[in-house]
Amino acid sequence: MYRKTIFIKDTDSQGLDRTKEFYNKFLENLRSRNLQNDIQVARAADIGIYNQGIVLRVYGEDTIYVQLKETDIDNIISLTIEKNEIISSLQYKKKDKQLRRVLRNCGVINPDCIEDYLANGGYQGLYKVLTSLKPEEVIKELKISGLRGRGGGGFPTWMKWDFALKTESDQKYIICNGDEGDPGAYMDRSVLEGDPHSVIEGMIIAGYTIGASKGYFYIRAEYPLAIERIQNAIDQAYSKGLIGEKILNSGFNFDLSIRLGAGAFVCGEETALIASIEGKRGTPLPRPPYPSVKGLWSKPTVINNVETLANVAYIFIRGAKEFAKLGTETSKGTKVFALTGKVKNSGLIEVPMGTTLREIVFDVGGGVLDNKNIKAVQTGGPSGGVIPAQYLDTPVDYENLSKLGSIMGSGGMIVMDETDCMVDIAKFYLGFCVEESCGKCAPCRIGGSQMLDILTRISKGQAQNHDLETLSRISFAMQKASLCGLGQTAPNPVVSTLKHFLPEYKEHTENKRCPAGKCLDLLSYKIIDEKCKRCGACVRICPVSAISGNREHGYSIDTQKCTKCGQCISVCKFKAISKE
Amino acid sequence: MEASNNIRSDKEIKDLVEKWKGVEGNLIMILHTIQDEYGYIPRHVSFELQKLLDIPLARIYEVITFYNYFKLEPPGKHKISLCMGTACYLKGGVDILGELKSILHIEPGQTTKDGLFTIELVRCLGCCGLSPVMMIDGKIYGKLSQEKIPEILTHYIEAES
Repeated sequence: MYRKTIFIKDTDSQGLDRTKEFYNKFLENLRSRNLQNDIQVARAADIGIYNQGIVLRVYGEDTIYVQLKETDIDNIISLTIEKNEIISSLQYKKKDKQLRRVLRNCGVINPDCIEDYLANGGYQGLYKVLTSLKPEEVIKELKISGLRGRGGGGFPTWMKWDFALKTESDQKYIICNGDEGDPGAYMDRSVLEGDPHSVIEGMIIAGYTIGASKGYFYIRAEYPLAIERIQNAIDQAYSKGLIGEKILNSGFNFDLSIRLGAGAFVCGEETALIASIEGKRGTPLPRPPYPSVKGLWSKPTVINNVETLANVAYIFIRGAKEFAKLGTETSKGTKVFALTGKVKNSGLIEVPMGTTLREIVFDVGGGVLDNKNIKAVQTGGPSGGVIPAQYLDTPVDYENLSKLGSIMGSGGMIVMDETDCMVDIAKFYLGFCVEESCGKCAPCRIGGSQMLDILTRISKGQAQNHDLETLSRISFAMQKASLCGLGQTAPNPVVSTLKHFLPEYKEHTENKRCPAGKCLDLLSYKIIDEKCKRCGACVRICPVSAISGNREHGYSIDTQKCTKCGQCISVCKFKAISKE
Repeated sequence: MEASNNIRSDKEIKDLVEKWKGVEGNLIMILHTIQDEYGYIPRHVSFELQKLLDIPLARIYEVITFYNYFKLEPPGKHKISLCMGTACYLKGGVDILGELKSILHIEPGQTTKDGLFTIELVRCLGCCGLSPVMMIDGKIYGKLSQEKIPEILTHYIEAES
């Protein structure tokens, strides 16, 4: 057994890994003190810190040293490792608000080893619940925590559980929704793969509370590693008596198994998900009745998202009050986001609710890629909206996002810069929903494709201003009349871009121009004669021979032949080609 | 279309189904098992399932055709999964698709005539930091540009000859 584990990582992004020498010197030094069997040193894949030179982290403690040189090794070992003293001159000064609760174990414990999870305080929440709390008390505790569903709507978790508890039935079910389908989001995947037991612990607690003896994981088939890890974790939990009959010597029995999704976004909707577990087409049903009253095989069913359940485990391990210390008035705890798009450091982040978008994009994300100007942030995926840059100082919580016409969603957060066209973005998201519409109800099936048709015409310069009005009208109809969440929220990206970026739409309809330079049909390429040095590079690269001319008289582009592939722009060293 | 070595005896299909027999709502899980085995869901297997599970063929097909994941055609030898998630889309996923289409002369969902490649569009491969991204047979190719595509494909084509 090692006394301490040390992680080392070269965080400079030049692709040059200098940790090998550092690592060898470190081991040498340990050996000279005969500590090699007490201290484990590992070269980490990612420590979550970037551009800080060689970084060292002492596992299990908050000690992180940055900008290390080989000359620091001796000090680190004699002070920090042998005497537990912190060398403040080397310490990493945290610049942002990131902290890890849901992701606390991800990348820290071995997800295939239940002992690791147990050693980190795992299943103590379950123990507490089974030995000392009645179901009503669990719900009371959950109410104190203020936890709300992390899958999209933000419905209070305690309320969902309470409905199911109060519905009498011989059989009830718990389902973990791991059918993460939002393009550009992978929070659930990371938790399922990195900390499977915390989700299982949350599920067993939920099962005990509402009186369910059976639970299902519904996981995307596209996540084979998550499936493997969850199955392994279930097997281990069975062998430790944490699932099965008479769990921890209580009278509570609970069985858990996996069902696979098969690539249908609509199955993130509760009633469609239930149909899918029943082995049917994933088409939704009208609600009410809600699943907590009539769900899987018509029995009361609670469906919680992966992140919600991981939070449940945290709440019962650390206490509801501790959980509620972070966050805003109405949104407690933390939220995991997949921060991607035009941002320097993209990746999974976890911040307290109430952190502003600016703090997320600039402090955590390091700012916009290529130092361009930020135009907007998209949250909530295809069901969410686009938040323009002037609202960057908005603290992120459920209410604020919905006031701005977006939603928290499952946690996709995409940064967009000035070269991203909002019509194009709206078209992208709507196209996704149109493709994923199950076709059962008319507002979603017909409304979606009509809207997509209009957006396509706008992007081609074939639309008029009155088409924008039609877009709003269809959006309204879809929001009000669609059967399920997919159809009701599908217009959101269109509605929010229309609201915040109407002038950009009008440029397309009135002036047939795409200000961001994205809508190909509205662009034409031109050589700026004053800038052109007549090197001829563009002539050589053009795949369709659309550029003609000579060194003497200059060059020009035949717009009829030009396919707007952009290769001439990328090859021109003098920025002498414009597209507008 | 099916190569003869792909046709299993009824007994083997029965074995595949065995684990899920009698489990409520088992159809989707059985279809997963079949697809894991064959790479797609062959028609003769669906006929067999109809008998084994005692459910109408229409029920089986309505489920297969609803879900994107289930395939009715055998896939190519190398599966190219091109990511069209938001991050990859913003960073030029469409250009990558154009390049793939112009080299392979197929649309997404189709297989090349020589049976070597299938292009499939996927929502997210969970590595948005590397966007735009594609995956060939489980291997991730990140930070793609149009120029990189021919070289990558050549690698697979040359391995064949």
